[in-house]
Amino acid sequence: MAHVDNTAEHKNTGTAHIWKTFWILLGITVVEIVLAFIHLSTGFPGKLLLNSIFIGLTLVKAFYIVAEFMHLGHEIKNLILSVLVPLVFFVWFIIAFLADGDSWKNMRKDLSPGKPRVEQKAAPAQHGGHH
Amino acid sequence: MDTTVTAKKKWWAGGYSPFNVSYGKLMMWYFLLSDAFTFGALLISYGTVRFSSTSWPDPNHVFHSFPFMGDMNLPLVFVSLMTFILIMSSVTMVLAVHAGHNRDKKAVVKWLIWTIIGGAAFLGCQAWEWTHLYHNNAWWGSNPFANADGTAAMNSNFTDFFFTITGFHGLHVTSGVVLNIIILLNVLGGTYEKRGHYEMVEKVGLYWHFVDLVWVFVFTCFYLL
Repeated sequence: MAHVDNTAEHKNTGTAHIWKTFWILLGITVVEIVLAFIHLSTGFPGKLLLNSIFIGLTLVKAFYIVAEFMHLGHEIKNLILSVLVPLVFFVWFIIAFLADGDSWKNMRKDLSPGKPRVEQKAAPAQHGGHH
Repeated sequence: MDTTVTAKKKWWAGGYSPFNVSYGKLMMWYFLLSDAFTFGALLISYGTVRFSSTSWPDPNHVFHSFPFMGDMNLPLVFVSLMTFILIMSSVTMVLAVHAGHNRDKKAVVKWLIWTIIGGAAFLGCQAWEWTHLYHNNAWWGSNPFANADGTAAMNSNFTDFFFTITGFHGLHVTSGVVLNIIILLNVLGGTYEKRGHYEMVEKVGLYWHFVDLVWVFVFTCFYLL
């Protein structure tokens, strides 16, 4: 431990900041649940807005857990960047894979049995040709 | 924060950790990073399959039960309790780490025991939820829930992903509880007192908070969205 010089600064600090983080996390979770119940009974806010709020609040919670509970916010920049920069891959993963899923859904809808083909090249059968 | 000091210090000049943490702690961070990608892959594949489906079960319909409440319709309530338990156990873990910094053995023991109780309570809740769903015919390969638009389920994607991801998370909670128990035994045995520091509590604490972090995302992805 001799090569790590941040152990002394923690000594005798209070636990107030821990409980503050707890109340923030609990508060956000309560807000999420209340919003979900409001949506269930009134239909407001709309599903897209509601989901955006949920994802935003989830990221805020994640930030507080990582920064405070896991103490990453108080580490030096080298460690913070070493842990966080690789997570940038997720941005691309999420965009690419969800777009792929969406494309599959559209194909399922457009090409489902019995559905008239729109904007497709005329089927050769209509010309009556037997090649 | 010693930002003014760290800015001048040549972190990469050698002689000390350029990350200002011990080797073990750094490796715990890198392990958690890799685990984050594992969970990320699971959740993103869940999202992809859900996006590719024309309809999907409504979580408020699927998860509406509470123990001993019979058929009462209580969406979200039980999983909110589970979320609260896990956040609470994360707090007791931070308090254990904090007590470790102060070399307060009795407090470390107390908070570790509360953390273990919290973890066990969460697992108990999950066991109840799984049992309940199983009795409703939900399992890997079996999806009894109708889609939100009223159509019958065409496949078991929903239950497959639910049980796989919550199961993988539950496995992490289980190993976290086991690690916490091992650490508690070491604390009681005076291992860290002899070593002169309680850094092991911090490392296991990092893992425990990560488990809480993953649950935050599982909670959003399965129960809210």
